[in-house]
Amino acid sequence: MSQKITSYQGREITPDEVKEGKYLDIVYKFEPKYSWAAGVAISRFLTELKDGKIVARKCYKCERILVPPRMYCEQCYRPTDEWVQVKDTGTVNTFSISHVGTDARRLKTPILVAVVDIDGASPGMGILHNLGEVERSKISVGMKVQAVWKGSEERQGAITDIRYFKPI
Amino acid sequence: MKRRVAIVGAGITLFRRRMLETPKELSFEASKMALDSAGLTLKDIQSVVSGSAPDAFDGVHMKGEYYLDGMGAIGKPHERVYVGGGTGVFTPIGGWWNVASGLYDTCLCVAEEKMSPLHPHPQYAFWSIFDQILERPLGTTLLWIFSLEMRRYMHKYGIKEEEIAEVAVKNKGNAVDHPSAQLGAKITVDDVMRSEPICEPVKRLDVSPPSDGAAAVILASEKVAKKLTDQPVWLDGVGWTLDSTHWTNRDLAYPEYVEKAAKMAYKMAGIKNPRKEIDVAEPYDPFDYKELHHLEGLQLAGKGEAPKMTVDGVTQRDGDLPVCPSGGLLGVGNPIAAAGMMKICEIFWQLRGEAGKRQVKKDARTGLAQAWGDLMQVGTVAVMRS
Repeated sequence: MSQKITSYQGREITPDEVKEGKYLDIVYKFEPKYSWAAGVAISRFLTELKDGKIVARKCYKCERILVPPRMYCEQCYRPTDEWVQVKDTGTVNTFSISHVGTDARRLKTPILVAVVDIDGASPGMGILHNLGEVERSKISVGMKVQAVWKGSEERQGAITDIRYFKPI
Repeated sequence: MKRRVAIVGAGITLFRRRMLETPKELSFEASKMALDSAGLTLKDIQSVVSGSAPDAFDGVHMKGEYYLDGMGAIGKPHERVYVGGGTGVFTPIGGWWNVASGLYDTCLCVAEEKMSPLHPHPQYAFWSIFDQILERPLGTTLLWIFSLEMRRYMHKYGIKEEEIAEVAVKNKGNAVDHPSAQLGAKITVDDVMRSEPICEPVKRLDVSPPSDGAAAVILASEKVAKKLTDQPVWLDGVGWTLDSTHWTNRDLAYPEYVEKAAKMAYKMAGIKNPRKEIDVAEPYDPFDYKELHHLEGLQLAGKGEAPKMTVDGVTQRDGDLPVCPSGGLLGVGNPIAAAGMMKICEIFWQLRGEAGKRQVKKDARTGLAQAWGDLMQVGTVAVMRS
């Protein structure tokens, strides 16, 4: 704010006014439902997860092996060429211990979350997932981990077919 | 041939967790203040560019169409620009296109945000920026990307949480002198370290608050600006780039997209050595480590060297490179788009020597404002000169 301006506009609704309901508001709950087609690349990726496998796409031009897979290489801007099975092991690129959920409310049990660089894909090709079977104080960047899969009858073609990654 | 563009007026409302004013009313107040400060009325304005972050906060679709009368945009060429958290600096970049291109001589640029309508917490809206098939089923919250990025940054360069906390201490302290500020406070590194862990390593005091607020600037062509004021502030360089949403495939320790945006702006402004030529900077600081990350991306610090610069006091208001003299998002508040525009306003006032108690010690002639956003993929940069 410029020192030349001496008054500024805006009326705060104070926390007390919120608590006591002393302001006029109109409440509305919006409950839409969506059905997303998973797409060409991710449909195949999810189908393979159901079979307990992680797959990637390879671009012959830059020779990168891409996870999550995509049907086009965004760097070479051409179609990718081949499906490649990669490993279900990887390295923790980074991690966090989350004490809050999606709506910012405090969780009773923290979620362990990590970016896991997948073995067999190009360097730095990570996916977001959870960690499990590990003490919080023992998690470290560079830790080797492996996917813990749901039982084959439980798997439904979703990222959650992998329960979490555990240290190996 | 592009024309030189000046900023000739600026305005801002209070930033608070919850404001009584509607988006239209907030926009009106900030715009009116900007017009008054430039000695203009709405009749003098030829086009309007607005910025606001996701419609999901307001629950109002077509927000750009909803709020436009508060922005004085009825019957005028109006566009809403949007790049997530990068929107606040992208809004005057949109205005720059209008004036530099020769289409218009004056353009009102307004950024507005009300995050408070969404319950139980504005954070909830951010859930829907994640990939709907591969990421949302894991229970995502926006804080994850920050905590994951902060951890990677610390790991790569051996940075300590205490060094990062120095940014929160500085910015919240600077905000004490900003009349609009929501969270100005004199705190210590120890206060930050002992604040509640939210998403480790991120703690309560590492984070900016959700806010309501608006800010605006007036752009003018060189011919018009010189008639209006003896102190135009020139918008001499603009830059913006985006990376993909495949954020888990990216080097999280270094924001390359910010580097690219900065280099575009520096080239346009004829800046060859940013660390020597930029006198004052307002990089985007929704989290304390982001200020450091961005200083490095902006080439104002070497890779991994911004923490030491901060600890050494270089980035204080009386330092060699004052950073976030406003108090930043950490102190003034973070009404997304309005927060980026607040940084443009701050550099405008700093370069005119009008920042009062916040005025930096050195004779500041060249300044920079930067914003960042979406899935860690956007850099928007503006270089300004007095």
